[in-house]
Amino acid sequence: MNIEKSEKIRLKLKESSVGIAGAGGLGSNVAIALARSGIGKLVLVDFDKVEENNLSRQYFFRDQIGKLKIHALKENIKRINPDVKVEILDIKLSKKNMQKPFEDVDVVVEALDSAEIKTCFVEEILEKLPNTPLVAATGVAGYGNSDRIKTIHSGNLNLCADEEARSSEDDVLLAPKVCLMANWQANLVLEILLGEDK
Amino acid sequence: MSIEVNGKNIDWIENETVKELLKRVKYTFPLVVVKINNELVPRNKFNEKIVPDNSKIAVIHMISGG
Repeated sequence: MNIEKSEKIRLKLKESSVGIAGAGGLGSNVAIALARSGIGKLVLVDFDKVEENNLSRQYFFRDQIGKLKIHALKENIKRINPDVKVEILDIKLSKKNMQKPFEDVDVVVEALDSAEIKTCFVEEILEKLPNTPLVAATGVAGYGNSDRIKTIHSGNLNLCADEEARSSEDDVLLAPKVCLMANWQANLVLEILLGEDK
Repeated sequence: MSIEVNGKNIDWIENETVKELLKRVKYTFPLVVVKINNELVPRNKFNEKIVPDNSKIAVIHMISGG
């Protein structure tokens, strides 16, 4: 362990904040990875409740079924790292004001589900928060094909992508690939906050 | 006289709109985010925005699932 590097990272992450749109398969796993890394503050936005079928990939437990995802996720984060400040917003993001909850964070993570809402979100963040880095993901359904995943960088947009994946309506959502891409997103967040790991 | 679309070089066509370009490169997905030289092109401008020569275009397709 490089103690000097670890301390530098600890201090930098402690003063950093990340906003996550969606607390499902991507969002819950991104939040946990960042909490474990020692992020200072998370802003979590979701309106949904934990359902039994979410447990195949989302960072929740059986006894949390029926709870609001943001409440359940905050509990789980606090059990791992009580020092993370967690701001939760029980709202459904809708066109025209999607950037609102994320105006003060250092990095925004897109962790939404339908193609339509993902597209709207990416557009709105790029347009209304042009100086805030955005980490998005596309193509999380299916299993295997890990080597197809790559990062597409375009200005402030950092997209974790499996461009050949099928839509979730036509495929399955399972922990390995969803968590792989969520952690890929979290890793991109660290890269953005800390700079390239040389 | 060429443009780069998602890393691939193709011919530039004078007065081609974003909508026409998407059709030419066979991007038929109804939902895409388009950036020209890192600048976002709003979807409602696809019909009118002309693709400039030598530009770098990113066409991003968001697939359901998250």
